[in-house]
Amino acid sequence: MSALLRVEDLQVSFATRAGNVKALHGVNLEIAAGETLGIVGESGSGKSVTALAALRLLDRAGRIDGGRILWRGEDIAHASRRRLHALRGAEIAMIFQNPRAALNPIRSVGAQIIDALRAHRSLSHAAAAAEALEALRQVRIREPERRMRAYPHELSGGMCQRVMIAMAMACKPALLIADEPTTGLDVTTQKAVMDLLGELTRDHAMALILITHDLALAAQHCRRVTVMEQGRVVETAAPATLFTAPAHPYTQRLVAASPTATSTLPHRDSRSAGPQLLQVSHLTKRFADGTLGVDNVSFTIAQGESLGLVGESGSGKTTISRLVCRLMDADSGEIRLGAANIGAVPACDFYRAPQRRDVQIVFQDAGESLNPRFTAFDAIADPLLRLGADRSRIKQTVAEGAIRAGLSPDLLGRYPHQLSGGQKARIGIARALASQPKLLVLDEPTAALDVSVQAVILELLDRLRAEQGLAYLFVSHDLNVVRMLCARLIVLQHGRIVEQGDAQSVFRSPQSPYTAELVACIPRFAL
Amino acid sequence: MTKSAAVLRLAGRRLAASLPALLGVVVFTFVLMRVLPGDPAVFFASGPSAGQKEIEDIRHQMGLDRSIPVQLAFYLRDIGTGSLGHSMTTGQPVLKDLEERLPASLELTFAALVLALGLAIPMGVLAALNPGSTTDHAVRFLCTLGVCVPTFVSGLLLIYVFYYLAGIAPDPTGRIDIFASQPPSHTGFLVIDSLIAGDFDAARSAASQLVLPAVTMALFVLAPLARMTRASMLAVLGSDFIRTARAMGLSRGRIVFVYALRNAALPVLTIAGIVFSTMLGANVLVEKVFSWPGVAAYALDALLATDYAPVQGFVLLMAVIFVFVNLLVDVLYGLADPRVNAA
Repeated sequence: MSALLRVEDLQVSFATRAGNVKALHGVNLEIAAGETLGIVGESGSGKSVTALAALRLLDRAGRIDGGRILWRGEDIAHASRRRLHALRGAEIAMIFQNPRAALNPIRSVGAQIIDALRAHRSLSHAAAAAEALEALRQVRIREPERRMRAYPHELSGGMCQRVMIAMAMACKPALLIADEPTTGLDVTTQKAVMDLLGELTRDHAMALILITHDLALAAQHCRRVTVMEQGRVVETAAPATLFTAPAHPYTQRLVAASPTATSTLPHRDSRSAGPQLLQVSHLTKRFADGTLGVDNVSFTIAQGESLGLVGESGSGKTTISRLVCRLMDADSGEIRLGAANIGAVPACDFYRAPQRRDVQIVFQDAGESLNPRFTAFDAIADPLLRLGADRSRIKQTVAEGAIRAGLSPDLLGRYPHQLSGGQKARIGIARALASQPKLLVLDEPTAALDVSVQAVILELLDRLRAEQGLAYLFVSHDLNVVRMLCARLIVLQHGRIVEQGDAQSVFRSPQSPYTAELVACIPRFAL
Repeated sequence: MTKSAAVLRLAGRRLAASLPALLGVVVFTFVLMRVLPGDPAVFFASGPSAGQKEIEDIRHQMGLDRSIPVQLAFYLRDIGTGSLGHSMTTGQPVLKDLEERLPASLELTFAALVLALGLAIPMGVLAALNPGSTTDHAVRFLCTLGVCVPTFVSGLLLIYVFYYLAGIAPDPTGRIDIFASQPPSHTGFLVIDSLIAGDFDAARSAASQLVLPAVTMALFVLAPLARMTRASMLAVLGSDFIRTARAMGLSRGRIVFVYALRNAALPVLTIAGIVFSTMLGANVLVEKVFSWPGVAAYALDALLATDYAPVQGFVLLMAVIFVFVNLLVDVLYGLADPRVNAA
């Protein structure tokens, strides 16, 4: 078999302040013409580095130490700059995560596609413009003539990714490398983009390398999947083999940690619904630009219950979580915690209210929501001291909180940059738990984490709820995760509740068409 | 059409919003001048032998015998009617003095800014393309030198080398050779006016007079512009869309100049606006060294003579120019960056 791209014993290292760090320890890959290959791994596994190195796009600090990159038999690991310019875009194209940032913000998308075309072919401007328009049409962008003149900030994330795909396909490359092309996009958009990618590569007999952290996504779209861990390939197999008979222990762990339609947590269920804790009625919030962010939303949460809030970006789920936490004021409606109408206390005064300690929030980005100049100890102690905790006992209280969140007290002296993503997530949880709240608002607490870390955090949350009778308002775009943790869920669209009920039955037989669409869009691998 | 309407609306709103600040500047300068030691009446009296009566008369004539709030009210009324008062030193209305001298300052500042940008941007780009290289260090060294050497030192040094030793530069006295004919004024910029009049000798003379002071000032502002260009280029070169451009096989020139530099130029534009305003008011040393008949030197002379009206007029003029330059920068920013909403 003649491989289109063949990576042999590729070794890459990065020069850092702490010296040379090896990122790839001899990676071997190969892909034939027209084939689809998935590369799966957690952060730091070297999957993106492999792709960037293959195109020689590593930044200044990165260096190829050894190995060969064979493109149709030609070693491009040491190719000239001239050869690389001809290769990139025309023979191998690449699309990236975060499509909006991947496009030049002050150049119209049409001009950017024309740039890519004219970099490889001597076309007149008019001819290039005509081809760019055709490329936009191919990725099914509505009103392509008008979009040619649009700037990236005027387009949605999904549209920007379509533009990126149009740009990458414009010169008809033989291989397309897609690095997390759908991460950060809504599930429905994610499905549309992946379907488009699959269709286009099939139609043009193009080979596709799909790099993703999502095992199910790779399994669904690729004929072969390569699993990477810490700069090494641990296993390459067909998706079915990978799921049914993973050979390597790491693959086994990864498969086990990936949330699927059937994964469960030990303590879920518990319809042990205690007394009513939170009662939200007719909540409405209009934004400054006039759009209705939250439109007449009512729900309740009982003590010890976990309610899932599901919806796509712009559906109002984060706004609701901020309103319930009293970080933002509603325009109308009531928020009752027990007997107290906490919605009546202005958000700017709520820090003085006695209920402040009862409602706490865990933020989405565990790293960004920690003060980089605070140690883990400070981060947990600061809100406690503000709430009037006993200063002499603070050391003990913080240590207890840390232990409850599964954070080793030895780590309390560290700063955020010295901690891993999972440890930072635990600080966020410990900080929220420290004041002994009754209700915890969890705003996508695991969205930025690797699946194996996510699995552990979910288990922790599940155990805390069962043991301490905490109530959760769990906000997430990942339906599998919501289903694992929550017995009941609410589906939001455009600020309105479109469906609510028992999680299992909502998944099994969704009532509203929107919920049905969401459920259908979950990447899953059918055996 | 809608875009220009939006720009006009922005301009109108910004100018209206700047009025309180301008009023504050007027009042502050007015009070400050009167708090500073020195009595203009004594200064402008006929001589050291002038009697108390004469001084009192001058004081009364200048309106200085009234209380400060009353004086201020009169001054504000004058501004309202378009008068900035009279200069005691030149004997002319301040407005006329400023009108005569502002073009000289503007010509010098513009020339210096163009020169500085022309040097700083390539330097910053080169430094950013090879961070840590010899070029980078050389650029850093030049910038440090430019900032460290005061303008009067570098100005005198340039005169010494190019006028006294080499004899290439004309004598550093004013804007044009005294024997060259003054062109009719259109723009107030002698080089441009001479060219319009078709008098190439005068244009060359004016340009050669301009070179040394402009270089002196350009050296001084090289550092902020070059350093900003470097920092901004480094940030842009590390961004995702540059990686995309590389992945698409775009040529290096296109990536550096079209993709990176246009994005990196935005913060430089802001700095350039600030640098321009600062230079215009702060180039007094350069104007003094080269006997350049600009507004800053005029204001300094007036200040030393405790001549109130010219100083107040000068400060107000600078404030107005600052407002306009910032407005211009914002409008340009809006045109260059589609994400910035002009409205």
